[in-house]
Amino acid sequence: MISLSRITKTFGEGPSATRALDDVSIDVQRGEIFGVVGQSGAGKSTLIRTVNLLERPDSGTVTVDGVDLTGLKDNDLRAARQRIGMIFQHFNLLSSRTVQGNVELALEIARQPRAQRATRAAEILELVGLGDKARAYPSQLSGGQKQRVGIARALASNPSVLLSDEASSALDPETTRSILDLVKTINRELGLTVLLITHEMDVVKAICDSAALLERGRIVESGPLVTLISTPGSRLAHDLFPLGPVPERTGSTIIDITFSGGTADRPVIARLARDHQLDVSILGAVIETIGGNQAGRTRLELPGTIAARSKAIADLRDSSLLVEVVGGDAA
Amino acid sequence: MIDPTAPDFWSGLFTVLLVGTGQTLYMVSVSLLLTVLIGLPLGIVLVGTERGGILERPFGSRAAGIVINRVLDFIVNLGRSVPFIILMVALIPFTRLIVGTFIGSTAAIVPLAVVAIPFFARMVEISIKEVDGGLIEAAESLGASRWHVVSKVLVPEALSPMILGLSTTVTSIINFSAMVGTVAGGGLGDVAIRFGYQRYSPIHMIAVIIVIFIIVMILQAIATYFARKFARRSDTLTTTKAGVFGFIGG
Repeated sequence: MISLSRITKTFGEGPSATRALDDVSIDVQRGEIFGVVGQSGAGKSTLIRTVNLLERPDSGTVTVDGVDLTGLKDNDLRAARQRIGMIFQHFNLLSSRTVQGNVELALEIARQPRAQRATRAAEILELVGLGDKARAYPSQLSGGQKQRVGIARALASNPSVLLSDEASSALDPETTRSILDLVKTINRELGLTVLLITHEMDVVKAICDSAALLERGRIVESGPLVTLISTPGSRLAHDLFPLGPVPERTGSTIIDITFSGGTADRPVIARLARDHQLDVSILGAVIETIGGNQAGRTRLELPGTIAARSKAIADLRDSSLLVEVVGGDAA
Repeated sequence: MIDPTAPDFWSGLFTVLLVGTGQTLYMVSVSLLLTVLIGLPLGIVLVGTERGGILERPFGSRAAGIVINRVLDFIVNLGRSVPFIILMVALIPFTRLIVGTFIGSTAAIVPLAVVAIPFFARMVEISIKEVDGGLIEAAESLGASRWHVVSKVLVPEALSPMILGLSTTVTSIINFSAMVGTVAGGGLGDVAIRFGYQRYSPIHMIAVIIVIFIIVMILQAIATYFARKFARRSDTLTTTKAGVFGFIGG
């Protein structure tokens, strides 16, 4: 649905030039929620702005819904942008217009007849839960309500794609949750493809189907969450299940076991105790529901002889569990 | 010397003031209209042709944007730095070209507009610069053209400070219109000089001062009312309000 191919973008010239995006490619499937995660300064904002060409890349192509935007003339690009909704961290609502007026802005730009605008605005405000606020001005709304107006405006002209630029970062945790739920609902009910950028892993955990990690302008890893979880050494997976620093140990081995999908409910610890006679200690555990599936990671300390530990690890791996040795004596 | 005890003194004063006020309002309102019609787009182009502005590349060329910006900026600075009394005289050939004469209220409109346009253009420029760039980006993300951005975002969002700027502009136009009067433009300035000064009538002088003061106060009250009305909707309520009060205070 959205395909960025080999995007490069440099700001400034000469020695002071900074490369914001370096050969970035991502593919967002139709109907999914795709999250790009990165620290501030990683290039996330530039990345999402290239999708509707608010930022024009130096090289590479942007394809949305089968159309190569980089090749479009101004007029065609403007028409294409009407099919790509965007919401912002600071909402960017017009203070001179009411809630309804802000939503109608999108329809005026899309040259919808006056008579239809009010009807459509009312309909979409109802959808985002602001049916009773149509006549209020943005300054009279809370942050969460403002973002709902932003979402309504973005959806007014029936886009097929929604871009979210840190849409929940300026909100408190509870409001963040309700906005994310709304995005998820829209994604499900309207079949909208969502590309979001965030610096919060919690956002990815809550609503994303796929994710990519952006670091200093480069995509470090990307893919569906279910795949990432079972990828050894995945940093996204590591961040999804933060188990903290590995403690120093001698005389034992520390392993992280990742459970996902069908392996989540296996009695691993009981088996280690029973079949291998190892007195396993649990150092940490995180269980999350990701993409509707239970997934989690447990950090175990295995005592005993090196041979016994190796045998136990090999056995776990044989039963298709993802086991990573993260500390202690090598086993 | 006019005799204030003469039987027709007060009716004469009234007639003179009425005609003078009419001429002043005529000069001020027409030059104000021209100022808005020309100064507003000028201010918008000034901001737009800056780096990162919406008219950054007119006709697809950044060089054209830079040239337009520099030239307009130079003209605005020139118009604002030349003292009015000099500008007025220097413009006589130009005024004659446009109006056919350089005497009378209509002819006075030309130098008044010429001095007010750059002044107001700067006010517009400053007001529009205050508009959050995120709003422009939001409109562009909805597929807005440049014209949409100007008409639906920049001007409505900058309306409150622009109205205050316009109010300041009107006050200076009234100020300069009195000066034009001395060079045969008519109006209240002409009344003050001809009757108050040359014919030693302090009553005429005081009457003119009072009328001008009332006109300025009424216009400022109207401007403040509208500026506040539009500012009330704003997220930046406090800053704009401070602007309103600062303006009244000044």
